[in-house]
Amino acid sequence: MKNVVILGGGVGGTIVANITSRKLKKDANVTLIDKSGKHIYQPGFVYVAFGDEQIRNIVRDEHSLLNNNVNLITKEATKIDPKNRKVLLDDGESLDYDYLVIATGSRIVPEEVKGLKEGAYHFYEAEAAEKLRQALKSFTGGKIVVGVGGLPYKCPPAPAEAACQLDYYFEKRGIRDKVQIEFLSPLPRVFPLEAVNPFVTKIFEEKKIAYHTFFNVDYVDPEVKKVYSLEGEAMDYDLLILVPPHRGAKVIEESGLGDRGGWVPTDKYTLKAKGFDDIYVVGDATDIPISKAGATAHYEAKIVADNIINQITGIGDLKHYDGKVRCFCDAGFNRGISLSFDYTHPPKPPSKLTFSAYLGKVILNKMYWWTIPSGRF
Amino acid sequence: MSEIKISRTIDARGSFCPGPLMELIRAVKEAQVGEVIEVLSSDQGSKHDIPLWVSKAGHTLLSINDKEGYTSFIVKKAR
Repeated sequence: MKNVVILGGGVGGTIVANITSRKLKKDANVTLIDKSGKHIYQPGFVYVAFGDEQIRNIVRDEHSLLNNNVNLITKEATKIDPKNRKVLLDDGESLDYDYLVIATGSRIVPEEVKGLKEGAYHFYEAEAAEKLRQALKSFTGGKIVVGVGGLPYKCPPAPAEAACQLDYYFEKRGIRDKVQIEFLSPLPRVFPLEAVNPFVTKIFEEKKIAYHTFFNVDYVDPEVKKVYSLEGEAMDYDLLILVPPHRGAKVIEESGLGDRGGWVPTDKYTLKAKGFDDIYVVGDATDIPISKAGATAHYEAKIVADNIINQITGIGDLKHYDGKVRCFCDAGFNRGISLSFDYTHPPKPPSKLTFSAYLGKVILNKMYWWTIPSGRF
Repeated sequence: MSEIKISRTIDARGSFCPGPLMELIRAVKEAQVGEVIEVLSSDQGSKHDIPLWVSKAGHTLLSINDKEGYTSFIVKKAR
């Protein structure tokens, strides 16, 4: 029996655990290590902040999403020892592996930008999203600045989606005319995907969302309510929403397996950690320069699971990830866009906001628990 | 002329989102003043975006080289 050890119970780790445990019943022991034992549907945060979603609806016990034959360990992995094929845990115990899957995701590090923690709201964690909801509830008018606090960050379209959600939120409250929405983009355009940018820019103009390009946040001064850019500009605000910068997991840094940002150098096709034949990386944890998003982890996880199965059984060739990403963006007013692309095919620009794309997002939000984590979809 | 010492190469070929420029901005922020970073991009938009940002942010674009199916940009962090 081979030991497959998976670090992280997010979407990527859960899918790999379920597929490998299902297909390698007699050939492998599958163990998943997750410090919280909770699985969070992170796209739900935006609806906690700008809608009426409750945290309890977007969190489940990881145990409930795993096949019975996956061994779940609710402890923190503190170090990976690739030489001896071991993972050390926070209680001093260790686990041997034949194949390791690093699915440790990313963590937000607002403290890396001066003043961001004190001066800005965000919606990238449950508690922060609740706090933003309360702040928006008591906001009666003024200037809201929304943007990117640091790179990289999960879900590149999320800040633009948040700007649209703000427009929708205040329109519903009947005070949109009292709220000025300003969007800060780190790029020379509003939307990360160049092909889609003209469309999103038009939407911003229709929604009267003002935008400022090439604004990479340097620091925030909460005293004077101003945010400053690396490019030498400043913007004042009444309420500031900034996506915090992200880093890779601590265990990656502690093990010396990451780059400067704590991301694991990963072959973008095989998804093996560079220099290792027995370590795979999935989702945010990789250094692959594509979207850090649930959809990316979802598609990568299937390739990783198949490659581990092929290596253990000796049947089949190594599969290659083609860079596939798919996402739904909610533009408010029950309309949205759906985007799909891979390493060789850029996204097709949408021609209009549609109800069907919005519906796709709503259905995914509702059906996620019964579909994606199982690895069958 | 002394040879340029590249301290980090980012292979952003095939990256549409977040894209090569975002990868470069991140790398420049992480780098020390004087470090040289190379970005490989297959995105045609980079030829417009990258020189524009480098100039606006006050760094130095040392070279742009067209290769087979992609472009190499070499940037020095200047401040």
